[in-house]
Amino acid sequence: MTKIATRDAYGKALVRLGEINKDVVVLDADLAGSTKTAKFRDKYPERFFNMGIAEQNLIGTAAGLALSGKIPFASTFAIFATGRAFEQIRNSVAYPNLNVKIAATHAGLTVGEDGASHQALEDIAVMRAVPNMTVIVPADGVETEQAVFAAAGHQGPVYLRLGRPGVPVIYGEDYRFEIGKANLLRPGKQVGLVAAGIMVSIALEAAEALQAEGIDAAVLNMSTIKPLDEEAVIQLAKTTGALVTAEEHNILGGLGSAVAEVVAEHCPVPVLRVGVEDVFGQSGTPGELLAEYGLTKEKIVEKAKEAIARKSL
Amino acid sequence: MNAELRQQLEAKAREIRKSIVRMTGAAGSGHPGGSLSAADIVTVLYFHELRLKPEEPDWDGRDRFVLSKGHAAPVLYAALAEKGYFPKEELLTLRKLGSRLQGHPDLKSLPGVEMSTGSLGQGLAVANGMALAGKLDNKDYRVYALLGDGECQEGMVWEAAMAAAHYRLDNLAAFVDHNGLQIDGPVTEVMSPEPLTDKWKAFGWHVLSIDGHDLKQILSAIEEAKKTKGRPTVIIAKTVKGKGVSFMEDQVGWHGVAPKPEQVTQALAELE
Ligand SMILES: Cc1ncc(C[n+]2csc(CCOP(=O)(O)OP(=O)(O)O)c2C)c(N)n1
Ligand SMILES: [Mg+2]
Repeated sequence: MTKIATRDAYGKALVRLGEINKDVVVLDADLAGSTKTAKFRDKYPERFFNMGIAEQNLIGTAAGLALSGKIPFASTFAIFATGRAFEQIRNSVAYPNLNVKIAATHAGLTVGEDGASHQALEDIAVMRAVPNMTVIVPADGVETEQAVFAAAGHQGPVYLRLGRPGVPVIYGEDYRFEIGKANLLRPGKQVGLVAAGIMVSIALEAAEALQAEGIDAAVLNMSTIKPLDEEAVIQLAKTTGALVTAEEHNILGGLGSAVAEVVAEHCPVPVLRVGVEDVFGQSGTPGELLAEYGLTKEKIVEKAKEAIARKSL
Repeated sequence: MNAELRQQLEAKAREIRKSIVRMTGAAGSGHPGGSLSAADIVTVLYFHELRLKPEEPDWDGRDRFVLSKGHAAPVLYAALAEKGYFPKEELLTLRKLGSRLQGHPDLKSLPGVEMSTGSLGQGLAVANGMALAGKLDNKDYRVYALLGDGECQEGMVWEAAMAAAHYRLDNLAAFVDHNGLQIDGPVTEVMSPEPLTDKWKAFGWHVLSIDGHDLKQILSAIEEAKKTKGRPTVIIAKTVKGKGVSFMEDQVGWHGVAPKPEQVTQALAELE
């Protein structure tokens, strides 16, 4: 299967977007090679600003550009964007509801060998808690490219969460991403797997494995975490009666929490969360880390069975 | 500095450089460039200056060293191993799952690491805190911090610089590893922090400019910092990124890339 890193798809999409829309400007914080904004830099040097290792200034400057009619895409690693510059994002971007796109790469455990200091596992939680913010976690390269264009077309702050390693391409070119719309990748009656980011393709594998055991699992790609497609969640909860969420993030405050909030209010059914269980990561290869912290097909299968068993309780 | 001491320190610096090459080579990732540029500073600190008890890492009278540019973890690990904090063989576990030698220093896992770092800009403030506590408790330990020149672009560095001068932290000295490079290019092209000397002066620091590969100059700068009362000292050390390995020297591309096996062999031969 072809693999493309979502950061690569982002870099590619930015160049196309920059060609169509001259208001698009790009800012980075000394990581242009890694975030792939270097592609835009090389093509449109006059519309690219390297702010140096200064993430708070990166976000503040983006706010000023947005106030002056530009559509800034500000990029750095997810931990530094949402961590170091959190309060700038809250007070200088989201509160005045400015048109700033924060496209953060190297999110989650799959940062790999750099270790815990560089692995953002709480960025979805904090970005989701900020009013006016739209939070998008694309599942593959195709969805990423479309999300970049959708973000540019959306008026207001957007947080786009991207990853370092290649991930399987699951969508064809005919796929249409829409902000706030979940995509049902696989129908199923007994349990609903709700995933985002790199966990979508792993959830698809889990559904196959469950199928082999005679269990019919649905897979829903929840690429927009905010605003959450509540309709889709409620629908899936009603048709399957048990949900499992899967995300490359702390199980506190992320996709699992967002889904559980909706389910608890509208149609209580068991919701089990697969994700990092409130611990910091460590150095290792992406594959080793996903296995170590239980972000696996096997774990999703196990939780799916447990969720189904709980239905009858 | 007498000839014997110089030879001793030169030998240590060579060992540390070899360890940096070996461990990043074995890891297949990591940051050799900024580790090698800081090797001589770290050598003088660990093998001449710092009062430490490796057998008692938490000894409360010890001098403190905060590696604010945490990506240079290999240089710190190499010095700690050489000092006897842990077996030298363990260096080859760098960045591997379960290793105490995390990609960026983790104080919880490895004895001798004074602070978990890796997010640039945060170390000097932490060093300030240690220095303030030392004053409060009438302890005579000294605190050292090592910053990158790219790192000096972070606003928090200057918040901490202001605070250290405000509280007259003369028990603190900072080094800036002024190798002129960061990830996306030369620091002056990406976001110039110059004139660095004038900035630190304006923030109330005693400023020394040295050649960061001249052991004698490093040593005398530390001595002068110790004698300077009423304000902190910053030592702006002109260095070469990748120093000691010909093909890495002053090459921006060697910031965060590990040498391949044949490059490890060549680098080790050069360092003999
Ligand atoms: C807050 C933060 N932003 C970005 C990074 C990513 N990063 C790691 S090293 C580096 C460049 C550092 O340059 P410099 O301080 O000059 O270090 P040196 O040249 O000594 O290696 C960057 C941007 C980081 N670790 N922390
Ligand atoms: Mg530098």
